[in-house]
Amino acid sequence: MAEAEESSKPLFAGLSDVSISEDIPVEGEITVPVGTQSQDEDSSTLDEPVKETIMRDLKAIGKKFVHVMYPRKSSALLRDWDLWGPLILCVTLALMLQGESADSKEEGAPQFAEVFVIIWFGAVIVTLNSKLLGGTISFFQSLCVLGYCILPLTVALLVCRLMMLHGDSGLVGFIVRLVVVTAMFAWSMFASTAFLADSQPPNRKALAVYPIFLFYFVISWMILTFTAGTKEKPGKN
Amino acid sequence: MATADDLKFQEFDNAANLLAANPEATTISIDDASEKAKNQRGRPGASSRQEEDELLGNDDSDKTELLGGQKKSAPFWTFEYYQTFFDVDTLQVLDRIKGSILPIPGKNFVRLYIRSNPDLYGPFWICATLVFAVAISGNFSNFIKHQGDPNYHYVPEFRKVSIAATAIYAYAWLVPLALWGFLMWRNSKVMNIVSYSFLEIVCVYGYSLFIYIPTAVLWIIPLDVVQWVVVVLAMCLSGSVLVLTFWPAVRDDNRKIAVATIAAIVLLDILLAVGCRVYFYDPLESNDIKTTILNDTKMVTKTH
Repeated sequence: MAEAEESSKPLFAGLSDVSISEDIPVEGEITVPVGTQSQDEDSSTLDEPVKETIMRDLKAIGKKFVHVMYPRKSSALLRDWDLWGPLILCVTLALMLQGESADSKEEGAPQFAEVFVIIWFGAVIVTLNSKLLGGTISFFQSLCVLGYCILPLTVALLVCRLMMLHGDSGLVGFIVRLVVVTAMFAWSMFASTAFLADSQPPNRKALAVYPIFLFYFVISWMILTFTAGTKEKPGKN
Repeated sequence: MATADDLKFQEFDNAANLLAANPEATTISIDDASEKAKNQRGRPGASSRQEEDELLGNDDSDKTELLGGQKKSAPFWTFEYYQTFFDVDTLQVLDRIKGSILPIPGKNFVRLYIRSNPDLYGPFWICATLVFAVAISGNFSNFIKHQGDPNYHYVPEFRKVSIAATAIYAYAWLVPLALWGFLMWRNSKVMNIVSYSFLEIVCVYGYSLFIYIPTAVLWIIPLDVVQWVVVVLAMCLSGSVLVLTFWPAVRDDNRKIAVATIAAIVLLDILLAVGCRVYFYDPLESNDIKTTILNDTKMVTKTH
């Protein structure tokens, strides 16, 4: 008898527990899928014109270019990364650096593939380095920032080529180019560190910034020497 | 190095004494507080752990050894495993660089600075810097030597970057690999007190290359005497770091083998330095030949 009573007590107690706890989770689960569905419908881009899609992406790239030229402590460049801007900049740089040096392949300026590989491989290595040091930023975010921050150096190369079109060679021209490239190099460094340095613990900031410095320094060197290379060519031929 | 440590220790001691003397007085003297704050700001990376590492002796090195063993327990396919090789602070790296350019006789670089926490940050980026330093300054010195030569046609010589990268990375990774294998083999025959892991050897080799970065920049000076003096100085420093580190590891071995090992280490070091100097900075004959070849090929292509 005593055993039967004991066994019946927990049975009823369990039933009452179930009936109470059932009410609460059902409400929560119903609301969640409804909410996500409505959000998906709002942001659907399936039936918008192609032009709009492309323009939106181009606008995003342009906005990021502005962010690099006016580096502020904002996370817009970090929040939604894309690799379109870096690709455009890298191809532009590589095409312009290739130039007319096709006749002296063995000794001359870096070729398209070399520039392309140096920029992407370098950016990947610098990013891996900052990740290995314990940076809190994601891989592609860092790649995106490093790629976008080449923009000042691309501008420097553009300026150098425009100066060369005017045939402005000689010491004065070289000094002007040196100043331009140095200033743009400093700009690149400033912009990239403004975005990336905060992701590192303070006692490792210098370790993460130094590879970035080396990366942009090598690109600046390629820009400076390339223009010097074609400068003396017309005089020789 | 030792004097700096002494100073630090004294200062720490004084502060501790002051605190111990009157523990309630937290801000009793403004001068002291501001000085302490300044010191802390001046050395932002000086974590207490690292200070302990510097100040304490054997007990702590045992502890770090144990911790190092714990850290490396992550499996090798995870990212965390590789993060253990980059577990260094700015001050630690600067300290190791300082140790590599100012070797103290009788002190072992590995035991003094690396302390069972070998990093790959230093070796990798020192090699990268050295590659570009050698290629760029070699190109620049080439340009200076031919200044005013109307026949000279400036080229960036981009190929030299890849040649320098191949040579330097091969030296910094293959030589430690060979040395590690050799030491393992000798260790199985003769019991040595000192034995190094592969990473420690790579670390020593990487940091020993640092002295060549300023050397490569100084090689721009177009004076043969200056260049050779600088290269001999750099070789002495980098060679002495290597010898001081590896001599204890082979000391107990057969005399002939020990001497031969050290000689091979030094010879390879000299080979790298002299090879870089001759290949990248001695354009007088080679470059003339190259330019004449270039001119010849151009003439040929024009006539065809």
